[in-house]
Amino acid sequence: MRFGLSEEQTMLGDMLNKYLEAESSLDVIRESCDNTPHHNEKIWSGLLAQGAHTILIPEEYGGAGLSMLHSETVSEVLGKHIAPVSYLSNAVLSPLAITLAASDSQKELLLPGLASGDVSYGIGLTDAIVNRENTNLEITNGKVNGVSTFVIGGQTADKLILGKPGTLLLVDSNAEGVTIKPMITVDKTRDFAVVTLENAPCEVLGKEGSAAQAMQKLLNAGRISIAADTMGAADAMFNQALEYSKERFQFDRPIGSFQSIKHIFAEMVTELEPCRSLLWYAAHAFDEIEDEATLLACHSKAHIAEVAKTIGRATTELHGGMGFTDLLGLHFWFKRIEVNRQLLGGPEIQRHFAAVVQGWAPEAITAA
Amino acid sequence: MELTYGPEYDDFRAEVRNFCAVEGKRNKFGAMKMGEARPNQLAVDWQGKLIEAGYTARTIPKEYGGFGAKPDIIKSLIISEEFVKTGTRGGIQNQGISMLVPTLIEVGTEEQRQKYIKPTINGEMIWAQGYSEPGSGSDLASLKTKAVVDGDMFVINGQKIWTSSAQFADMCFILVRTEPDEAKHHGISYLLMSMDDPGIDVRPLVTMTGEAFFNEMFLTDVKTPVTSIVGKRGEGWRIANVTLKYERGMIGGSGGSSTGIRGLADMMHTETLSGVRAIDLPVYRDRLLKLQGRALANKYHGLRLLSNDINKTGTAVEGLIIKLSATYLAHDIYALAVDVMGEFGTLYDDSIYKRQKDWMKQYIGSFMGIIGGGTSQIQKNVISERGLGLPREPLVKYDQNGWDLLKK
Repeated sequence: MRFGLSEEQTMLGDMLNKYLEAESSLDVIRESCDNTPHHNEKIWSGLLAQGAHTILIPEEYGGAGLSMLHSETVSEVLGKHIAPVSYLSNAVLSPLAITLAASDSQKELLLPGLASGDVSYGIGLTDAIVNRENTNLEITNGKVNGVSTFVIGGQTADKLILGKPGTLLLVDSNAEGVTIKPMITVDKTRDFAVVTLENAPCEVLGKEGSAAQAMQKLLNAGRISIAADTMGAADAMFNQALEYSKERFQFDRPIGSFQSIKHIFAEMVTELEPCRSLLWYAAHAFDEIEDEATLLACHSKAHIAEVAKTIGRATTELHGGMGFTDLLGLHFWFKRIEVNRQLLGGPEIQRHFAAVVQGWAPEAITAA
Repeated sequence: MELTYGPEYDDFRAEVRNFCAVEGKRNKFGAMKMGEARPNQLAVDWQGKLIEAGYTARTIPKEYGGFGAKPDIIKSLIISEEFVKTGTRGGIQNQGISMLVPTLIEVGTEEQRQKYIKPTINGEMIWAQGYSEPGSGSDLASLKTKAVVDGDMFVINGQKIWTSSAQFADMCFILVRTEPDEAKHHGISYLLMSMDDPGIDVRPLVTMTGEAFFNEMFLTDVKTPVTSIVGKRGEGWRIANVTLKYERGMIGGSGGSSTGIRGLADMMHTETLSGVRAIDLPVYRDRLLKLQGRALANKYHGLRLLSNDINKTGTAVEGLIIKLSATYLAHDIYALAVDVMGEFGTLYDDSIYKRQKDWMKQYIGSFMGIIGGGTSQIQKNVISERGLGLPREPLVKYDQNGWDLLKK
């Protein structure tokens, strides 16, 4: 019996951690945040070289054919270093969307491009979960009209996968009738776009209306990956504040010797460590235990978002005035956590889906 | 991630399952809460059967009346899984078995082990724990109950509180000050004493649940032989920490919260508010889901700790957090149950209106976990100091009459 990561998965995380420690310094992150798009090609090319983007692509299409637990490990490290790269769209959601929903011929055509890293993807699922702007995608005779918001990695994508309830469709970024504009969030380490489609040529992955099940699994992958990113970011904030409280002297004492501060750390770690256990099990359930996958994915996204919110607040506060400055840079982690919290549905939405899957709530917010 | 125990355990599981099916059926008798009363003859007989089969006192050496198996966490786990699954009653749980016996095995004399372990694990000898005092709770090491040597006897005078089981216990393991001139942590001794001494006055301590599991214990010239000391004079604090280590494990267990969530969810499916089931009201449902998220995190954290034990992995802090987190979660689960039932949740009598469970009592009772075995605030000190390496608060002395710092 061994609960948690295998040695191989731990090594994968350590390797990536070393790489990002060297390449994703705060200075590099600041530079990416100032640029648009924020996606950092140099860091991404290093991840491509290590094959991190092929983890979830089946072997027969040139991928590594590994597990969500592997990918979760990567997501956590990326969150720890708030790496400004579009891993979520290129390495998790797009390959899975194609693997789960596309026809065999589409897979043969599309997956090798993802595996080689030559073709980049953006993916928009937000409106398929909760549609707030009445942005319906209408497909007629191979053309699509409508709007897709919060398309992850949209600005740097060659191809776009866009979701509507029950259907996933593929659009070429350069095709006529496709307009991509950045949606600037408070988190400048990731790119989101709004895609407007006017009679744009499109291709449905699989058949129209046949992707409901694929979408459910896809969302679970998104939930776990975002939760893992938050886990890494929250852990980083926790550790930075812990170090600070051992070094910072006030009243002739390290501030970490005051019980008012020590107890906050005890409370934080008491919440945070079980989050990692939950996350590992959620990833394992995604890989191996279909019956539990959605419940665990929803709960890990919701619960870790709640814990991380507390940690974001407390660790900022523990740095005193410095915590509020740009100089310290802690705010980059705070903002990453805040965007992750809302991305693909906030905690209330996730808990609602967790209730639905247990038969405790009558209906989902969407048909997805 | 490898969540199975391996095929080598299949035979063992089959053996336990068979025992539960055959013997468990024959021995259906009501559950008995810890600390409520002495085990009756049925319970003692069942205990004997369990020890013989190796399903309780499993790793206690044979010469002291145990089963004498090598420690194997997975086998212990399989036993508890199968017993729970089949509703088979487990072995007797009390402080003598879970705290004193491991302590004697670790630091007791051969004579003490021979004399006490067997009757204790058999359920025939019941122990009270004499630790806390009215003036020494979180700061236990400041305890004042003293013992002086008179001939071949220790003579004990003082007062203890929270002495559970004292109203029916045969014996007591007690902390007393024997070296008044030593620093407070070095002046304590760990003694064993008979509860039959006429100088012992036990008075029930009624708690806010209305029950009296605990007692106050007044000691006037109570005598116990000098040979009844565990360890050396002045070593009591170190030995008490051996015992407390076992108590934290007892109180902290994380399995309970999943059961609590299930019970609460069931209740919310039957409890109705103006004809609407509580589960269908999003305001209550979201609170349930929030608690379920915490409970799941704790549940899988429990698996991770088990895996840490088996594979010798992990860090100290991962284990230290369990009590703090599990006890608050239990409190919050019962709190929601009371809220869901509204005014009816406050009923403390079921003669007119019956409710599924006595949620209010459990809600109030959950303080036992939060405070017992070291309050949450003490847990936070332990977690931050031992788990995270944060510095201790500097020790200062206050004048209790005027809040002034006393200069040394």
